[in-house]
Amino acid sequence: MHTLRTLLRKSPEYLLLLAGGVLMVFPFIWMISVSLKPNTFVIQIPPELIPKDGSLANFIQAWTANNFQVYFLNSAFVAVTSTIFCVLFSAMAAYAFARFKFPGREAIFYTLLGVMMVPSTIAIIPQFFLMKYLGLRNSLYGLILIYTATSLPLNIFLLRGFFEQLPHELEEAVLIDGGSYLTVFVRIVLPLSTPALATVSIFSFMSFWDEFIMALTFIDDPGKRTLPISIALFQGQHGTAWGLVFAASIISLVPIIAFFVTMQRYFVSGLTTGAFKG
Amino acid sequence: MLRMSPRTQKLVIPYLFLLPAILLFLVFMVYPLLKGFQISFLHFSIVPTRPSTFVGLKNYIEAFHDPLVWTALKNTLIYTVITVPGQMILAMLVALLINSITHGKAFFRTVYYVPVITSWVIVSLLFLYLFQSPQGLINYFLVDVLHVASQPITWLEDPTTAMIPIVLLGIWKGIGWSMIIYLAALASIPNEILEAAAIDGATAWQRFRSVTLPLIGPTVVFTLVMLLIGGFNVFTSVYLITNGGPMQQTEVMLSYMYHQAFQFIDFGYGAALSFLLAAIIITLSVLQMKLLRRPEEIF
Repeated sequence: MHTLRTLLRKSPEYLLLLAGGVLMVFPFIWMISVSLKPNTFVIQIPPELIPKDGSLANFIQAWTANNFQVYFLNSAFVAVTSTIFCVLFSAMAAYAFARFKFPGREAIFYTLLGVMMVPSTIAIIPQFFLMKYLGLRNSLYGLILIYTATSLPLNIFLLRGFFEQLPHELEEAVLIDGGSYLTVFVRIVLPLSTPALATVSIFSFMSFWDEFIMALTFIDDPGKRTLPISIALFQGQHGTAWGLVFAASIISLVPIIAFFVTMQRYFVSGLTTGAFKG
Repeated sequence: MLRMSPRTQKLVIPYLFLLPAILLFLVFMVYPLLKGFQISFLHFSIVPTRPSTFVGLKNYIEAFHDPLVWTALKNTLIYTVITVPGQMILAMLVALLINSITHGKAFFRTVYYVPVITSWVIVSLLFLYLFQSPQGLINYFLVDVLHVASQPITWLEDPTTAMIPIVLLGIWKGIGWSMIIYLAALASIPNEILEAAAIDGATAWQRFRSVTLPLIGPTVVFTLVMLLIGGFNVFTSVYLITNGGPMQQTEVMLSYMYHQAFQFIDFGYGAALSFLLAAIIITLSVLQMKLLRRPEEIF
C-alpha cells in the first residue's frame, strides 16, 4: 500500500520518464522488427511492428555471408588487445603522475591534456602516411597501436584522478618493508582500483569496437575489415536489404551489451569515486 | 634489475612507468600533429618522383575563400549550438526525474543509456532508415498518423531538412552520457541541504537554481567542455546519413576535410582544414579554461 501511494504521488515523474524512455528504445525495437521481416516487407505501408511471418533468416544470412565471421573476429581481436594495452599503459603512466615528483612532470601532463582536448581525427592525414611508412596499413596490429595511443590521454587523466585519492599508507608500508614500486603497483594500486579500471575498460572497449574513421582510412584489404566498416559497406551494397543490415548490426551489438552487463556493477561507482571530483 | 640507491630509484622509476605510454603517444599522436602542421604548408604531391612544394599560407588563404568551408563551419556550428544545450538540458531533466523517484531507478538509467553504448555506425544507419522518403517511418507518423504533413518530407534531398536527422541523432544518442554523470553528481549532494532549503520555503526551481546547480557546477562545466569538443568532432553520422550531400551542402568541418583529403586527394588543403578546426577548438577550450581558475577544477 505504501509503495503504491509513493508511486502514485510520483506519477507525473514516471509518466515523463516513460515517454522519454519510449523515444529512447523505440528505434531499437523497430530495428529488431525490421531484422525479423523478409526483405520484401521491410518498407510497407502501414508499417507493422510485430511481423506476421517473422524469421531469423536475415540473421543466418548475415552471419554466414560476406566474411562476416572474419570481420567479427577482427573486431574482437583489435578491441580486446587494444583495451588490455591501453588500460595497462594508462595505469602505469597514471601511477607515475600520481605518486612521483620528477622533472618534466607538469610539462608532459599538460601536453597530454592539450592533445586530449583536440579531436584525434585532425591528425588522420599524417597518421595515414605514418601507417603507410611503417608498413602498418591493412594491419590489425597497426590499428591496435594507434587505437591504444589515441585513448591514452583521457584514460591517464581519469586514472590519475583516481590513484591520487587512494590512501598512501599501505603503499608506504610495503616500500618500507623492502617491496619494490612494481610490487606496490601490481599488488596494491591495481587491485584497489578495480572500479576505475573497469570504467576505463568499458569506455575504451566500446570506443575500439565502434571505431570508424581510422579503420575506414587505414584498411583497404577486405580480409582485414572490422565490423563498423563492414556494416557500413553492407548497407552500401545491399541498399534496400535493411533486414539484413539490421540483423548484422544487432549481432555486432551483442559483445558490447555482454561486456557492459558484466562490468556494469563496477561502472557507476568507478565514475563517482574517482574520475570526477564534481 | 640494477641495484640503485633509493634516490636514483625515485628519479628513474617514474620514467620507466611512463615509457610505453609516452612512446606510443609521441609516435602516433605528437609526431602526426607536427607532421600535419608541416603538410598544411605544402602543395602535397602523391607522385613519388615529384616532390611536394612549400606554398606557405596558400592552403589557409584558399580555405578562407572557399565557400564550402564556410558552409561546413556553419553546419558544424549549427550542430554544436543545438545538440550541446539539447543534450545537457534533457540529460539534466532526466537525471533529476530519476533522482526523485524511488522505484525503477536502475531500469530508467539503463533505458536512457542504451543509445550511448550503441555504435555511431549502427544508429546512423538506423536514422537513415527512419528518415527515408517517401516510405520512412518518420514520414509515416507525420503524414498518416499525426497528419501534420500533407505529403512525405524528402528529408535528405533538401540541405535544410537534411541536417535535422543528424542533429536529432546527436541529441538522442548523447542524453544518456551526460545523464549518468549528472546522476553521479546529484548523488553526492547531501539530502539535508535540500531539505533545509525546502523547509525554508524554497520552490523546486529555487532549490535547483540555488542549491543543486552551484554544487554540481564543476560537473556541468565538464560535460559542456566534452560535448563542445564532441560537437566539433561530428563526422560518422554526417558521413553515413548524407555524406555531406546534397551538393556538399551538409558538409561539416571533419567530413569536408576528409573528402578533400581522401576523395579529392588534396592532402595539403585537408591538413590546413584540420588545423583550422583545431584552432577553433583550442580557442574555445582556452576561453573555457579562463572562465575557471585552474583546469583541474573542472574535473
